[in-house]
Amino acid sequence: MVDLLTGTLTQGLVYALISFGVYITYSILDFPDLGVDGTFPLGAAVTAVLLTKGVDPWLTLPIAMVVGGLAGFFTGFIHVRLKVRNLLAGIITMTALFSINLQIAGSNLTVDRGTDTIFTSAPVMALMGESSNMARKLVVSLVLVLVVKLLMDLYLKTKSGLLLRAVGDNAGLVTTLAKDKGRVKILGLVIANALVALGGCVVCHEQRSFSATMGTGQLVYGLAAVIIGISLMNYYSASRLARGLRKRRGLRFLASPAGTTAVILGSILYKLCIQLALSMGLPANMMKLITALLFLLVLVLSGRKGEEIIHA
Amino acid sequence: MLELRNITKIYNPGTVTEQTLFQDFSLTVEEGQFVSIVGSNGSGKTSLLNIVCGSIPVEAGEVLMDGKNIGKLKEYQRYAAMGRVYQNPAAGTCPGLTMLENLSLADNKGKPFGLSRGVNRQRRDFYRQQLQSLGLGLEDKLDVKMGALSGGQRQAVALLMATMTPLKFLILDEHTAALDPKTAEIIMELTDKVVREKKLTAMMVTHNLRYAVEYGDRLLMMNQGQVVMDKAGAEKAATAIDDILEAFNRISIECGN
Repeated sequence: MVDLLTGTLTQGLVYALISFGVYITYSILDFPDLGVDGTFPLGAAVTAVLLTKGVDPWLTLPIAMVVGGLAGFFTGFIHVRLKVRNLLAGIITMTALFSINLQIAGSNLTVDRGTDTIFTSAPVMALMGESSNMARKLVVSLVLVLVVKLLMDLYLKTKSGLLLRAVGDNAGLVTTLAKDKGRVKILGLVIANALVALGGCVVCHEQRSFSATMGTGQLVYGLAAVIIGISLMNYYSASRLARGLRKRRGLRFLASPAGTTAVILGSILYKLCIQLALSMGLPANMMKLITALLFLLVLVLSGRKGEEIIHA
Repeated sequence: MLELRNITKIYNPGTVTEQTLFQDFSLTVEEGQFVSIVGSNGSGKTSLLNIVCGSIPVEAGEVLMDGKNIGKLKEYQRYAAMGRVYQNPAAGTCPGLTMLENLSLADNKGKPFGLSRGVNRQRRDFYRQQLQSLGLGLEDKLDVKMGALSGGQRQAVALLMATMTPLKFLILDEHTAALDPKTAEIIMELTDKVVREKKLTAMMVTHNLRYAVEYGDRLLMMNQGQVVMDKAGAEKAATAIDDILEAFNRISIECGN
């Protein structure tokens, strides 16, 4: 039972990385980027190959991000410069990446037990070599997600981050600020896809495998996590507890959590729901069906139906 | 100085709905001039502004800003020395960002948007001061999301944002049309003040004939892509609202409106 919870928590954290990317495209940029389903396995494919070749496991993280960023640039370029609709631009990237991922990895790949991953790398082993494999995975994922979350929070408060939020909120305003809104959108897609590929990279470390179809449904997963998280946050912000906290100087920061915090919680909750459904005896093959049905449930319950833009 | 030279603008070229709006249209707005533009719907007022800003392409002709041809510049590049306020109060601000964040964005126009802090706390007092001068009680709402403010308040902030950084040209696209009479009056007075203070060259499209008469130092009436009335300086000062209304009605009857 504890193992199952630890495992689910780890999964929720790792998949929060993907949800961060979806948060940027869907929530901030208002861009439904289907390319996510291709960028996620892209990150995993690159990582699987690099790990097999004996590259330092930590080095695979930035490399996967750069490659993912390139994929995001591709989607952005198709949309902004070639003026293809955003949904189609993402579909084109996703479809193209299916072949590219197989080109990179050759075929479905397994990283053998002897190869070090970030979870078994020297610095981690030095610090918590005594702990169980599961505990190590949980701690490493937690630290990783928190670092990425903090960096994102910081970035969204910079001038560049402010402009990124503005372009999703009111692209016309960015134009009157004498800035190319297309370029800002592309930047957002690069960052988002870099995060998604990072998620794919860490999942590959965790599972020690890449499969060409592992991207299917990742966007839906990310969307569900984002919508659950943001809905709960809105609910919480309007609650009595939050209003009470807002009045106390020292605790004010607890009253309005950052969107990224909400996304992490949403991701964990969603993984928990899926795990719960599976543990009730449903075969693993049904996982995507459960993912989809739960997503539908989340949409209906949150009253969003996917049309309304969330701005947090 | 803003100049349009021999502009041809055709909507839906090459289709059955093809319609020529401007044919060989020319207009010069002198430096520091505040031009009000009136005219019925479809007379080409807003198209005129869109052509100046580069929001729509033209078939032929040149747009010159201080003598320089800006025809090749993209829309966003033209806004380097130009501000614009739209009819829709939501168009000039970001509803999901706080007022402070909105003002900070506008304040940074013309400078790089890099990785330094987006909101400069030291500017807070300056923003507060600016908001206080609007007289709408907005100075205490810096941390409120823009979307929570009323249309009039948003439009006032939009005007403030559009004219915050040094600029030479101001484009006003029926910017009081969506506001109640009292708020419209406040916004109009603010507009006049900022145009005078910053010595801006301004073009204002309006459906309010009284504003067109009372404000600005030149008045244009447009009809079917042509200027049918052009009064400046003393001539404009001597023009009463009835004169314009009469001319307006005459055109409308000719067009069968």
